[in-house]
Amino acid sequence: MAGPVESYSLVDQLPALQVVVPLVAAPVTILMPKGRVPWAWASLVAAATFAISLALLHQVAAYGPISYELGGWAPPWGIEYRVDLANALVLTLVSGVAAFVFPYSYRSVISEIDENQLPLFYAALLICMTGLLGVAITGDAFNVFVFLEISSLSTYALVAMGGRHDRRALHSAYNYLVMGTIGATFFVIGVGLLYAATGTLNMADMHDKLAGMETRVVEAGFAFIVVGIGLKLAMFPLHLWLPNAYAHAPSAVSAFIAATSTKVAVYVIVRFLFTVFYTDSSFEQAALSYVILPLGVVGMFAASLVAVFQSDVKRMLAYSSVAQIGYMLLGIGLGSVDGVSAALVHLVNHALMKAALFMAVGAVMLRLGSRHCDAFAGLAKRMPWTAAAFIISGLSLIGVPATVGFISKWQLLKASFGGDAAWAGFLIVASSLLAVIYIGRIIELMVLREPPTEGPHAKPVAEAPLEMLLPMWALVAANVYFGLNTELTASLAMRAAEALFGVGGGQ
Amino acid sequence: MSPELALPAAFLVPLMGLFGIWAGAKVSDNVREAATLITGGSLFLIVLGLFTAVGAGARPEWEAFEVIEGLPLAFRIEPLGALFALIASGLWIVNSLYSIGYMRGNEEKHQTRFYMSFAVAIASAIGVAYSANLLTLFIFYEILTLSTFPLVTHKGDDKARNGGRIYLGVLMGTSIGLLLPAIVWTYAVAGTTDFTLGGILAGKVDEAGPVLPLLLALYAFGIGKAALMPAHPWLPNAMVAPTPVSAFLHAVAVVKAGVFSVLKIVVYIFGIDLLAETGASDLLAWIAGGSILLASAIAMTQDNLKARLAYSTVSQLAYVTLGAMLATQMGVMGGAQQIAMHALGKMTLFMCAGAVYTAAHKSNISEMAGLGRVMPVTFGLFFIGACSIIGLPPLGGAWPKFFLMLGSADAGQTALIFILMISSVLNVIYLLPIPIRAFYMAPDGRDGANETGEGRALIQWHAMKEAPLFCILPPTLTAAGCLVLFFYGGALYDFLLPIIGGA
Amino acid sequence: MLEFVLERYNYWIVIILMMTGLYIVFSRGNLVKKLVGLNLFQTSVFIFYITLGKVAGGTAPILIGGHGGGHGEDQGEDQGGAHGEGVQNGGSYGSDAAHANDLASPVDGAQDAEPAAHGDGAGATYEAAADHGNDAGHAAADAAHGAAEVLYSNPLPHVLILTAIVVGVATTAVGLSLAVRIREAYGTVEEDELDAMDYEAEFGVPEPEGARS
Repeated sequence: MAGPVESYSLVDQLPALQVVVPLVAAPVTILMPKGRVPWAWASLVAAATFAISLALLHQVAAYGPISYELGGWAPPWGIEYRVDLANALVLTLVSGVAAFVFPYSYRSVISEIDENQLPLFYAALLICMTGLLGVAITGDAFNVFVFLEISSLSTYALVAMGGRHDRRALHSAYNYLVMGTIGATFFVIGVGLLYAATGTLNMADMHDKLAGMETRVVEAGFAFIVVGIGLKLAMFPLHLWLPNAYAHAPSAVSAFIAATSTKVAVYVIVRFLFTVFYTDSSFEQAALSYVILPLGVVGMFAASLVAVFQSDVKRMLAYSSVAQIGYMLLGIGLGSVDGVSAALVHLVNHALMKAALFMAVGAVMLRLGSRHCDAFAGLAKRMPWTAAAFIISGLSLIGVPATVGFISKWQLLKASFGGDAAWAGFLIVASSLLAVIYIGRIIELMVLREPPTEGPHAKPVAEAPLEMLLPMWALVAANVYFGLNTELTASLAMRAAEALFGVGGGQ
Repeated sequence: MSPELALPAAFLVPLMGLFGIWAGAKVSDNVREAATLITGGSLFLIVLGLFTAVGAGARPEWEAFEVIEGLPLAFRIEPLGALFALIASGLWIVNSLYSIGYMRGNEEKHQTRFYMSFAVAIASAIGVAYSANLLTLFIFYEILTLSTFPLVTHKGDDKARNGGRIYLGVLMGTSIGLLLPAIVWTYAVAGTTDFTLGGILAGKVDEAGPVLPLLLALYAFGIGKAALMPAHPWLPNAMVAPTPVSAFLHAVAVVKAGVFSVLKIVVYIFGIDLLAETGASDLLAWIAGGSILLASAIAMTQDNLKARLAYSTVSQLAYVTLGAMLATQMGVMGGAQQIAMHALGKMTLFMCAGAVYTAAHKSNISEMAGLGRVMPVTFGLFFIGACSIIGLPPLGGAWPKFFLMLGSADAGQTALIFILMISSVLNVIYLLPIPIRAFYMAPDGRDGANETGEGRALIQWHAMKEAPLFCILPPTLTAAGCLVLFFYGGALYDFLLPIIGGA
Repeated sequence: MLEFVLERYNYWIVIILMMTGLYIVFSRGNLVKKLVGLNLFQTSVFIFYITLGKVAGGTAPILIGGHGGGHGEDQGEDQGGAHGEGVQNGGSYGSDAAHANDLASPVDGAQDAEPAAHGDGAGATYEAAADHGNDAGHAAADAAHGAAEVLYSNPLPHVLILTAIVVGVATTAVGLSLAVRIREAYGTVEEDELDAMDYEAEFGVPEPEGARS
């Protein structure tokens, strides 16, 4: 596993292929003609990437972490790709969501962006995925920054492509760019400070060097990294860029980035907090209990509350994402194996539900050309399958049993009550009740109202095309399946968290 | 069928029925209704088989699969659950018969959705009944809430929407906000959520500390379906639903699933010994007592018959909670019997209310004066049901009151005995006038004069205007059930004895 | 005190540039000016990295002992462990001129110069390295000693910052093109006016006076 890469079988190269495949595929896409070709190509690449990550996940789960030396240069000098359970899970999530969202996207995308931009769009989408996968897989702190920016830059472009439909997308993309760049730069300052203190960029090596080091330099580096990544993951109150970006981006982009980009950022913060810095160091303890935990809690409530009053369904879901990130931060802030495991579970589960929800909204966008909640009135009669998908994944968001949302809530509550933070447990359920309100509002519109007979949404409407419904329902099915069988989510997340904390056999 | 095989079948049958109803609806309404009845019949036979097996001492178990590590979706049948499942599945048949008459008589829309939701609801009620741990119970509890939502909002108008909003808001709010944390807390403290005779919390929590009463309160209010005040507003609001829904779900399946859960949790999670020793449940016993009186008082002010019955249900449900919170053997016994007896009695009343609505389109009590003369059977059955609810022998409703009083005495809570007595008086005041007005008072003449015709005869045989047979037969069955169960009270006692530690 | 401040003049430059940049980003309403601020902010970080790379008394990274051996993980770990201290000592051994070493202790390159130095860290002065080491160790130690007066530039931060510059250029390019598109779509690049137009698009009514301070 570790050591010089002597054999060159394909399996040994999987970690590199994970990133290289979409990276190389992206420029090829630009050369393609418009029409279905770029879409088919991107979907194919996403499926291949998904297969690779599944293979990696399997390998890691069965045989332990993989260390891949890029170019044969041994860490800590060379760049190391290091796959353990935590990031194998994130890799699978990113590529899995891509493998479903990309096939879904075609009809939605041609209706929302300029047709001439199709090849560029799919190229950007692939680059975005490359960046996210790279962030997750790399074991090198500076490499994280590079990939973070690769994904962010393409995301700015993708969000801006919504500008054909609504010019606000451009403004949102610009704001996102400014905030995202500040976040990334903060992160890079933090990494620089850590490099100054330790002389290494390899995360594992950095961890060794940081042992017992509680100097100002390290603390400053820590602070910069937390704030920088906090911006990227939309930690309340650094979330202001997110709602507009998600709301105005093309629907397929919203579905993809809502499910993956903030999740990857959450992964990065987990990675730094628990495997680079020392969890028991005084500054990290302070940050966990006085910054991350409270901000998570405030975010849970504030963002949910704002979501209740949104009339734009996509923006409502975007605020809900901020709130859900609050849950993850709360789990992380508890600073226990249970808490981090719950955060990881929720990371995966939330991606599943948000992707399905945004996909359903995308289908409504396609048919009704609106994402305003008025368009949802009577939807159960007009687009029953889309409405049902929205309802099931919405219930999952609320945390109804037999869905993934319930598993998340359960794990978070278990971590709270088990960790002598019963108050946090009650806050979690209290904010879930806000989710009942904002999701229930839409469900009520869809089920109990008649379709409008006048106004812009009064036109006759067909169900979404099958090519959109199938991927959407695949994710909905995943919402239910992983709500009943948590072998792949909760159990793996628990092992991953144990590995991050270095307990439970180092797996 | 062996009990081990019958247990999964109890879930499979409603599921197949669901499909059958859906497919049958494509053929004709009769096929659809036949599918419902066949499903109901086979389910009842299966549940009855399990009931007798449990009576013979068996405890069938089935672990479906593991949801979260160490927490399986598992079922284990004990006497309390077996009884609840038997009542629920038995009354489902009765109710299906009644639904056919009612839904057709009133030409309701979306009947297929209606029957399908019912099938899901019954399956989840059985899931609650047979659950082997809190996780399983919670999962089915929530499915029950969701599956009944389309039934409550069946009419689809503003009133139904509003009722549905409160229904879902209160039930989900309490279950997610209070019950779920309570369950996870229990899991965190005890390391298990399996229902175990004698409880799982003994020795795991600081018995003098605030955790135990707090946890118990979380359960008592978190199980919103038990309608313990102030978590009751969903129940009166659910009355916007068609009467069969009110009759079956809001007198039997849903509300009984609630109080059953409370009872089961008190017996198998806390253990009555633990509660008796620590006195953690004293306060809640008083809240339940208050709920009994207050709800009865509100019931008296209601003119809408279904609303009055709904508040009566709130009051009667608190009997079960009270029985649980007394933490004595007789209290639990009384609570358990109340689940069965009240189900029969209240269902009779609701079905009679629906029959009146179907035949005479009246839903306010004030308009029912003299109606008994043309609907003697309906109001006669109503009278029997009312007497059972009040607790008059020789009707089944007498037993739980008796055991509850014994339980109160055992617990040394003499005042609670008085509460029970006052409540019975209140029951008389708000229930009996309804048949009495219907039989003895002349119509108020506003619009009923012509219907009732001339003369002072108690029953005007020539002017009978009864509801369809499908609306009359089912309450007859349940009313007969009230009578029969009085004489089988002893058998029921023996059957339930194991849950209170008896042989 | 004054000396303490002056000695770290490079960091002051970085901080002043950084804050100026951030201030421009937040205070200016013009989207292009904001981007200029953003650039300034990023540039400050480039300088920060470069200034980190200056190590007094460092040497060029020369890998001795064969490619394959140097890549062995176990050996690599030991080297890493031993080395941090070794080079820091090497640095302070020489002139104190470059404060950069207060922060930047080891240099990857110099680490490689002592592949066989299995010293326990604390005592790993260059003598220790010499005691333990082979000829290569001696040579490296001599080199380090001799170079104590040299202000050595660690290439790694330069490489890193080259990457960061590319990222920065890309960001600026995307940002500017967005500004152009915004100008096309809205007819302005002033934030206030954009917000007002967005507000109107969102709620269908003009933004009330004083809604935004």
